[in-house]
Amino acid sequence: MQTYLDFEKPIEELDLKIIELKEQNLEYPSEETITQIAEAEQLIKNIYKKIFSTITPWQKTQISRHPERPKTQDYIDNLITDFFELAGDRSFAEDKAITGGFGRFRGQSVLVLGHEKGHDTNSRIKHNFGMPKPEGYRKAIRLMKLAEQFDMPVISFVDTPGAYPGLGAEQRGQGDAIAKATECCLSLGVPIIVVIIGEGGSGGAVAIGTGNNVLMLENSIYSVISPEGCSSILWKDSSKAPEAAEALKLTAADMLKVDVIDKIIPEPLGGGHRNRSKVIEDTGNAIEEYLKALSNQHGNELKHSRQERYLQIGRNGLFSEKTSAANEALDSKFGKIREPKNFIKHPVFIGLIAIIGIAALGFYWFN
Amino acid sequence: MNWITKFVKPKLKSLLGGKKSLEIGEEAWVKCKQCQTMLYSEDLEKNLYVCPHCDLHLHIHPRLRMKHLFDEGAFKEISYPTVQLDPLNFKDKTSYKDKFKEAQRKTEMQDAFLIGFGKIQGITTTVIGMNFKFMGGSLSSAGAEAMVKAAEHAVANNTALVIFTASGGARMQENQMSLQALPKTTIAVQMVKDAKLPYIVVLTDPTTGGVTASFAMLGDVAIAEPKALIGFAGPRVIQNTVGETLPDGFQRSEFLLDHGFIDQIVHRKDLKTKLAQLLSLLLKRAA
Ligand SMILES: [Zn+2]
Repeated sequence: MQTYLDFEKPIEELDLKIIELKEQNLEYPSEETITQIAEAEQLIKNIYKKIFSTITPWQKTQISRHPERPKTQDYIDNLITDFFELAGDRSFAEDKAITGGFGRFRGQSVLVLGHEKGHDTNSRIKHNFGMPKPEGYRKAIRLMKLAEQFDMPVISFVDTPGAYPGLGAEQRGQGDAIAKATECCLSLGVPIIVVIIGEGGSGGAVAIGTGNNVLMLENSIYSVISPEGCSSILWKDSSKAPEAAEALKLTAADMLKVDVIDKIIPEPLGGGHRNRSKVIEDTGNAIEEYLKALSNQHGNELKHSRQERYLQIGRNGLFSEKTSAANEALDSKFGKIREPKNFIKHPVFIGLIAIIGIAALGFYWFN
Repeated sequence: MNWITKFVKPKLKSLLGGKKSLEIGEEAWVKCKQCQTMLYSEDLEKNLYVCPHCDLHLHIHPRLRMKHLFDEGAFKEISYPTVQLDPLNFKDKTSYKDKFKEAQRKTEMQDAFLIGFGKIQGITTTVIGMNFKFMGGSLSSAGAEAMVKAAEHAVANNTALVIFTASGGARMQENQMSLQALPKTTIAVQMVKDAKLPYIVVLTDPTTGGVTASFAMLGDVAIAEPKALIGFAGPRVIQNTVGETLPDGFQRSEFLLDHGFIDQIVHRKDLKTKLAQLLSLLLKRAA
C-alpha cells in the first residue's frame, strides 16, 4: 500500500487508474489503453513538475521522511555485495538503529554504516525509528576502527530523526557516545563518504555523518533540530513547523551554499520513493566518483584534509581579527591585558580617577 | 559605552546611593532558585556566586570566575574571530540579531565564550569560560571559532586548556553553522590532545544538548561542580518524548559520577587548588 503525502493526493487517483488499466489488459493492451496510460503518466509528470516548482522546505521535510523512500537497508541490498553484518558494541548491547558491516562496493571491500529507520510498523519498532542509543554509536566507533585496521573506506548513510532521548540512554552516556563517535570520524585514516539519504537529525546524524565528503539527496534535510521541535521552542507553538522549516534553511540546496555538503544527488521526479532503483543507482555512482577522487590520499592526509574541511565551514563570512571592527571595539573596551581591581588600587590611577571623576560627574549630571 | 560609563558611572552611582551596578552587569538582587533567599549580588560575588544559605552554585560570569581563578586576578583576555552575524537571517517571534546584540550588551562578551590566559598557582594556562546568560550559553559558529582559537593559543604557548562549560545546547538560529560546530570544536580538542597537552573540562550547571555531544564530553579529565545538570537530552525533552518519569537527582553531577562519566565533583571554592594540583601533576611541575 503506497503512502501519499497531502500534496500528493492528486497523484494517488492517477496511480490507481494506471494500475487498473494495466491489470485489465495484461496480455494484449489496446491502442486506447496504451494511450490512456501514457496520458495519465504525462499528467502525473505535469502535476509533480508543478508541485516541485514551488516546493516548500516543509514539503521536502515530509518527502525526506516518506515511508517508501529507500532506507539504508535498501542501499545495502542494491549497492553492496557479500554484505557481512556486524553487531554489538562489545560492552552493553546491540542497537539496531544503526546497521553496519563489511561488504563489497563495486568490487572494493568497504565498511558500510547507516541509521536504519525500518519500512513497516514491526521493523520500525525493531530499529527504534532510526534513533540510536549510546550503544549504537559505540558500535559505530567499533566498526569504524575495524575499517581503519583493515584499511577500507567507510560509506555512511545518514537517516535519523536524532539520538534517542530516553532515561537509559542518558544513564549510559548519550552525549559521551555521540562526542566520541564524532571524534572517531575525525581521526580515521581511511576515507569516509557520507550520504544523507533522508533525515539528518542533529548530533545523532553528525556522529556518523562527519566525513571527507558529504553527499545529500535532493529532498533530504539536515538540521540541528526538527522543524517541530524548533517551532515549539521558539514559536511556543508546535503548529508552526512549516514556518520553522523555512527559517531553519535545512534543504540540500541550503547546505550546498554554505559548503556543509559537497554534492546534491538529484532525485527522480516526485522524489526517491517514486523511483527507488534509480535513486539508489545514482547514489551509488556518486559514491564511486567521490571514493575514486580520494584514492590518492592516505592515512594522516585523509585525517587532516577532513579536519580542514570542517574547520573551513562557516568561514566565508569570517572577519579576521585585525579587520574586525567589532573585535577592535571589544578590545578597546576590555583591553588586551586585563588586570581588574589591582589596577584600580594603583595610586596613579586613583589620582587620575579623582580628576576624571570630577569631569565625569559633570558629564553624568548634565546628561 | 565608553570607559567612563564602564568604570566611573557605577562608582558614582554607588556613591550617590543609586542601584549598585557591578562590573559585569549583574542584577543587584538575585533570588536563589533553591532556597528562595534574596541575595545581594555584592555578597554573592564575594562568595563566587554560591548561595551562602544552601550552597547552590549559581551562574557566574566567566570574567568573574577568571578573576578568582588566575593568580592575583590578572589575566589576558583573548578575542576570537568574528563571524558573519545571523547567516540565516533568522526570525521567529523576534529577530536573532536583536537577541544577539542584547546578549552582547548584557554580558559584555563577544559571544557565549570568554578566553582567558594567565597563571593558576604559577602554572600558565589557557582557560575558556562559558556564560549561560549569553543566549543560554548556546553554541554558535563564533563559539566554535572561540574553541579553535583557544586551542591554537594553548598549543602555541604550550599550556593546558581548561574549559568551564555552561550551555543549553546548539544555537538554533544558526542551524547548520551551529550543528557543524560539533565537529569543529571536536577538532579544537584534537589539536590540544595531539600536542599532548591536557584538556580539562569543568562541567557547570547546566551543560546540555550539543555541547554535551562534543567538547564537554571529551576531557582527558572531567570535573563537575556540585549538583550541576549535565545531559544530552534535557529532562523536559525526555519526559515529553518518551513519557518516562525521571528519578530524583537524574542527570546531576552526583548521578554522572555514579555512572562513570566524570572523575570528581569539586566545590567552586576549591576549584583553583584542585585544578592547580591536577595541572602540576600532568605537566610534571615540581610540587
Ligand atoms: Zn540558596
